[in-house]
Amino acid sequence: MRLSTIGYCLQQGFKNIWRNKMFSLASTATMAACIFMFGIFFCIVENFQHFVREVEEGVAITVLFEQGTSEEEIQEIGDRIGQRDEVRQVVFVSAKVAWESYKDVYFKDMPELADGFVDDNPLANSANLEIYMNDVASQQGLVDYISSMDQVRKINRSDVVADMLTGFNRLVSYVSVAIIALLLAVSVFLISNTIAIGISVRKEEIAIMRLIGAKNSFIKAPFLIEGVVIGLVGASIPLGILYYLYNRMILYIAVKFGILTNVLNFIQVNELFRTLVPVGMALGVGIGFFGSIFTAQRHLKV
Amino acid sequence: MIALENVVKSYPNGVGAINGVSLHIKRGEFVFIVGDTGSGKSTLIKLLLKELEPTEGKVRVNGVNLARMRKRMIPKYRRKIGCVFQDFRLLKDRNVYENVAFAQRVIMTPTKEIKKNVPAMLSLVGLAEKYKSYPRQLSGGEQQRVALARALVNSPDILLADEPTGNLDPKTSREIMKLLEEINARGTTVLVVTHDQDIVNTMKKRVIRMQKGIIVGDERESGYIG
Ligand SMILES: Nc1ncnc2c1ncn2[C@@H]1O[C@H](COP(=O)(O)OP(=O)(O)OP(=O)(O)O)[C@@H](O)[C@H]1O
Ligand SMILES: [Mg+2]
Repeated sequence: MRLSTIGYCLQQGFKNIWRNKMFSLASTATMAACIFMFGIFFCIVENFQHFVREVEEGVAITVLFEQGTSEEEIQEIGDRIGQRDEVRQVVFVSAKVAWESYKDVYFKDMPELADGFVDDNPLANSANLEIYMNDVASQQGLVDYISSMDQVRKINRSDVVADMLTGFNRLVSYVSVAIIALLLAVSVFLISNTIAIGISVRKEEIAIMRLIGAKNSFIKAPFLIEGVVIGLVGASIPLGILYYLYNRMILYIAVKFGILTNVLNFIQVNELFRTLVPVGMALGVGIGFFGSIFTAQRHLKV
Repeated sequence: MIALENVVKSYPNGVGAINGVSLHIKRGEFVFIVGDTGSGKSTLIKLLLKELEPTEGKVRVNGVNLARMRKRMIPKYRRKIGCVFQDFRLLKDRNVYENVAFAQRVIMTPTKEIKKNVPAMLSLVGLAEKYKSYPRQLSGGEQQRVALARALVNSPDILLADEPTGNLDPKTSREIMKLLEEINARGTTVLVVTHDQDIVNTMKKRVIRMQKGIIVGDERESGYIG
C-alpha cells in the first residue's frame, strides 16, 4: 500500500469513530473497564506470587541420612540434587555445624554443659542437606526422587505450607482467569457490535464504493483502524489510572501500616508495569484488531 | 469492446426489464441509448457495471464474459469504467472534493496528484467553488455534475452515463455534452442514456432505441424520432 493510502485509511478510521460516537464511547469504556479489572487482578496475582516466592525461599526440605553415610557421599548426593531444575540451592550441613546450631538453641544458658560433648559429638550422624526450591509446587516430585536413594533415612518437609501456598495461588489464578475471560468476551462482543453498526449504517456508501471499484480491503481498513484505536485508547486509560492508584496504594500502606511492609513486600510499580503495560496494550489492541477483523469479514462479504 | 448476446434480465419480483438484447459497441464509439421510462436502459447500464447479473445471455466487455469474471477481479474491472448513476450515488458524508477524490483514492493515486486532478476536474464541470459543500447542500444539477466529475477523474476506458443532463438547463447540458465529446475524442468509449431530444438530434451519434426491454432501433448518426 502507498503511504497516502495508509494515511487516508487512518483518517477514515478516526472519522468512523467520530460518526459512531456513542458506540465507540461505549466500547472504549467497556474495554477500559475490562483492562482495568485485568490490571487489578494482574497486580494482585503478581504481588501474591511475589509474597509466595519470598516465603518459599525460606521453606526447605531437610534430608537426613542412614548411619555410616560419609560426609563425602552426602556432599556428592547434594551436588546431584543441586543439578535439578526445581532446586534453587542445596546447603550441606555437616555434623559439626548441626551440633553448633543445636547447641545454640538448647544449651543457650549453660554453654559449659555443652562443652562436655566437644570430642564426642552426639549428632555425629546428623550431617544433612537443606534443599531450597524454586517452586513449592514441585516439592512432591523432588521428595519422591530423593526418597528413592538408598542412603536416605528421612525427609523432613513442610507439606502444610507448600500445599496451602500452592492451593491458594491456584485458586486466585483460576478466579482471575475466569473473570478476565468473561470481561474479554464482553469487550469483544461490544467492539464487534460497534463495528457491525458502523458497517450497517454505511451499507449504502459501501455499496457505492464497491461500484467505483474499491477493493474489500480498502473498505475494511478504516473499520480495522477503528477497532485498533478503540483498543489503544481503551487500554491506555485504565493503565494510566492503575499506575497512579498502585503508587498511591503502596504509599498509603507504607504510611498507615508501617509494620506490614516488613511482612508484605510489594513489587515496585515500575517493575510491575514493565510487564503490565505491554500485556495490557497487546490485550486492548488484540481485542480491537481481531474483534473488528472478524466482524468486518462477516459483514463485508462480497 | 462491449457485446451483449441475447441478454435477458428479470428482477426477482418477476419484472422482465430486459427481454433479449443483442448489441455491439466498438472501442471509441459514442452511443446514445434512448427509450421510454421503464424500457430497461438503467438495467442495461447496471449489467455492464456488473452490479446485476443477467438472467440469460452473455455480457462481454473487452472479450471477457462478465459472468465468468473472478470476484477479486471485479474492482479492477470497475476502475476502468466511469459511471454516472441516474440517482448520482454520491457519498453523503463527504464533501464534493472528497467524493471526486474517492475514485482516485481507490486506485491509490498519490495525494499530491489528487490535489491537482480533483480541482481541475471540478472546474471542468463548473463546480470549482462548491468543493467544500456536502451533497445535501447541492441542487440536483450540481450533484449530477459531481457524479460526472467522479466518473471522469480517472480517465476511464468506458464512460456509462445514465441521464447525465437530466437535471440541467439546456445551456449547461450542451456544455456537458461537449465535454463528453472531448473525452470521447481522447479515446474513451461513451454510452449516454438520455431523454433529451435536442441533444440527440444535434449531436449526430449512434442511437440505440429501447422499448419494453428490447432494442427497437439502432441507427447511426440519426436523430431522435419521438
Ligand atoms: N430493483 C428492481 N426490482 C424490480 N423491478 C425493477 C427494479 N429496477 C427496475 N425495475 C423494473 O424494471 C424495468 C426497467 O427499469 P429501468 O430502471 O431499467 O428503466 P429505465 O429505462 O432506466 O427507466 P427511466 O427512463 O425511467 O430511468 C421497470 O419496469 C422497472 O419497474
Ligand atoms: Mg433509468
